[in-house]
Amino acid sequence: MRKNLTGKIILIFATLLVFVFGIFGIPSGVSGTALKAALTNRIHLGLDLRGGTHLILQVMVQEAVGATADNDITRIQADLKQNNISGAIPTRPDAAHPEILRVLSVPADKEGAVRSMLEDRYSAQYDISSAADNTFTLTMKPTVVRDIEQRALAQSIETIRDRVDRLGVSEPVIEEYGPGKNQILVELPGVDDPARVKDIIQSTARLEIHEVLGGPFPDEQSALQANGGTLPPDGELMKAFDQSSDAGQYYLLRRAAIVAGNDFRDAQPSVDVNQRPDVSFILTRAGGDRFFQFTSSNIGKSMAIVLDNSVREVATIQGAIRDQGQISGGGFTKDTADNLSLMLRTGALPASIHFLEERTVGPSLGADSIRQGVMAAVAGMLAVMAFMLFYYHGAGINADLALALNLVILLGFMGFTGSTLTLPGIAGVILTIGMGVDSNVLIFERIREELHAGKSPSAAIDQGFGHAWLTIVDTHVTTIVSAAILFLFGTGPVRGFAVTLTFGLLANLFTAVFVSRVIFDAILNRKQRGEAISI
Amino acid sequence: MEFFRDVNIDWLGKKWYFLAFSLVFSISGLLSILFWHHIPLGVDFKGGTLVYIKFDAAPQVDRIRQSASSAGLRDVSIQRFGRAEDHEVIVSLPQRDTSEGALDLGRSLIVQALESNYSRSGADSAGKLDLDNASREALAAYLGQADPLHLGVSPNADQQYMQIATKILNYRDQEKSGLIDSLSALQGRVDPAVLSALQSGTFLSGFTIRNVEIVGPQVGAQLRQQAMLATLYSLAGMLVYLWFRFELIYGVAAVVAVFHDTLITIGIFSLVNREMTLTVIAAILTLIGYSMNDTIVVFDRIRENLHTMRRESLSTVVNRSINQTLSRTVLTSGLTFLTVLSLFIFGGEVLNGFSFALVIGILVGTYSSIAVAAPMLVAYQDWRLRRDKRPTPLPAGRRTQVS
Repeated sequence: MRKNLTGKIILIFATLLVFVFGIFGIPSGVSGTALKAALTNRIHLGLDLRGGTHLILQVMVQEAVGATADNDITRIQADLKQNNISGAIPTRPDAAHPEILRVLSVPADKEGAVRSMLEDRYSAQYDISSAADNTFTLTMKPTVVRDIEQRALAQSIETIRDRVDRLGVSEPVIEEYGPGKNQILVELPGVDDPARVKDIIQSTARLEIHEVLGGPFPDEQSALQANGGTLPPDGELMKAFDQSSDAGQYYLLRRAAIVAGNDFRDAQPSVDVNQRPDVSFILTRAGGDRFFQFTSSNIGKSMAIVLDNSVREVATIQGAIRDQGQISGGGFTKDTADNLSLMLRTGALPASIHFLEERTVGPSLGADSIRQGVMAAVAGMLAVMAFMLFYYHGAGINADLALALNLVILLGFMGFTGSTLTLPGIAGVILTIGMGVDSNVLIFERIREELHAGKSPSAAIDQGFGHAWLTIVDTHVTTIVSAAILFLFGTGPVRGFAVTLTFGLLANLFTAVFVSRVIFDAILNRKQRGEAISI
Repeated sequence: MEFFRDVNIDWLGKKWYFLAFSLVFSISGLLSILFWHHIPLGVDFKGGTLVYIKFDAAPQVDRIRQSASSAGLRDVSIQRFGRAEDHEVIVSLPQRDTSEGALDLGRSLIVQALESNYSRSGADSAGKLDLDNASREALAAYLGQADPLHLGVSPNADQQYMQIATKILNYRDQEKSGLIDSLSALQGRVDPAVLSALQSGTFLSGFTIRNVEIVGPQVGAQLRQQAMLATLYSLAGMLVYLWFRFELIYGVAAVVAVFHDTLITIGIFSLVNREMTLTVIAAILTLIGYSMNDTIVVFDRIRENLHTMRRESLSTVVNRSINQTLSRTVLTSGLTFLTVLSLFIFGGEVLNGFSFALVIGILVGTYSSIAVAAPMLVAYQDWRLRRDKRPTPLPAGRRTQVS
């Protein structure tokens, strides 16, 4: 009984062709170098093979919550003033809980007015409660807090991507890492000394202009004494930037900034009148309007330019300024001025960033790893193929063909999907060879058993494939389940392993079961009925 | 050719030997985990700083230690690493010297200490570029500044010097594993003018940083938890799948066997004091899948035989099933072992822990399918017989009929 296999054979060759295309694309030639170039073009190497830096950052999102709370304090102040309520003081009492605001010493006769004002304007964002000691407590709603945190994270990712792009790092990966933890994964291929990149990523570049309420003071003690022991509730002490010594001057600033972060539209490195490097900036329209309003009504007072929580410059307001200014006197070098203007152009980070993890793979280790990985893969594959030929004779050729096609499909699939090949990924390829050949062994052993039981070759092949099929599905599913869990849990290189192992085993279902069967049937077709097969 | 034909081994008769063997390994591993080396955690899980350094000659551990302590690093541990002829060491700092505020302070201190103490050319290295550790950008910038080819300042010149730098560093990284023997080895690879610029402005320190891993305490704790959960989820996933495909008792037996394999593998890591890293966890999860795989093949045959050999006792069926699949079990394990072994031998230092775990795992995983999982089915059946006082057949579970 001859089977018509033409359709199946065409399918197999079409698959082969498609996946070879997946591996190489259309190479520019057939020479070794052209093929190699085509290959590296299609299959991306992971950081551990090409060298580079992997960073995990923590975004301190509660700072963004604090900034929103500070803004709301300013708004409440303005509202109290507008409603002619004097004496009540809005504060943010606990640094560890930036989401809790309190309005202190509300006059007894104004309690109703304050309550209705707060409930009218702030109940959308805050849960409001009052206590017997004439205070109101505003607690930011959890959904609002989460929303601020998520926006801070998204904005941080955007900003970091922008900065890294402008540094000219090719193919960086910048994405959220582990949901809900406010962490960011940054992968920088080819960067093996990450110091500068890290500095630029980490600088919050939070530029703010504050009103100066007092100062300078030589230290914190004298600042407190000058204000009668306590700071005004809406003020904060800030140290002046000084590279040369730890001691320095302190200024008392109004906590809420006049303009900040997103109000800056552009920044460029420039030089001051003494030809020293500085940075000039331009404000957005809205920021410029606010700045104009403030400067025109506060001529003669002082304002401070604050960068990352230190006072860079204090200037007396000579006249109304709308949208331009300079940061000078900050002891800039050309490099720091360049870096700062880059950071200001790409926008400030909404919160500061801590590095949690840093891994750097030097380029020489990557090159060695590729060499060793390929060597291990080739050695393993040759050993397995030789053994199959030795043990199963003719059927061994069948298994080896299936195995080779299995690898072609696996690599082609990676080329098509743009997956990344890592060193553990190469290990996955090697394991696929070992585990993939298991399917052939299961089938062949079963065929031998059926032959011993006296079945004809075609019946034995039929039974062998039939019985082994379910077992093969079961065994593949369990391995794929553990690979899937590995994918969910792992990072970078380990994920590469899970991906190659899974693809490899899926391809194996096709090659070891379908392709092997077609080869057997093709052999049977050429033999006399009942003639022995080589297995 | 065939290794096993018509084997007839009474596996279940040897169950007490198996039990003894498994207990000896599990308990000694467990004791080591509890009282001796515990589970040696790698930097991934406990946090800290690791700097892998390759030297051009046998590394002098004392000198490295001295350089480090003169830089103010007291608790450094220095280990030789890899093959002796590779001249590699790992310099590691404990977690408390790896604060999240200044994550790579330790790394830069180590590099500085080595740079000031380790240079082949001695004192004349001051102010020069270290060609063994220079990045492509730094080398290109140096060449652009020295301008040995008199190209002037132009984007074209930058590009040309970048190409030369790439060529030199590709030679260093891809052909020489990161260390150039001497500057004169570059003769013929670069223009003589470039070579003399290199000779006047660069030097070879004789060491190179291969790899740096810095993990803060927070991530370490996070990964520890994730690794534990991943292993448990994986076992639970297997249990559910086998429950669905066979019967609950098959799932339980298989999961106990796989847990046994995991315990022994981790136990051996503890006994020989090898560190658990992320890739080792990947190997353990793979081993869970593999060992399960092996067990399923035996269970599948038991299920099939339960249908065809209804009059035989369960232990006969189980013995027969193991013997029938023995050839496949040994072949597959042997072949997978072969590939893992080639990974262990040729795969290099980075994957060493991974392939070590798999080498053990495949041996134990194969053993446990025969010696732990199958006997458990029989033991369960015996227990039910004693409890119910009447023979109840072991459920064979669903089975799709094949043609």
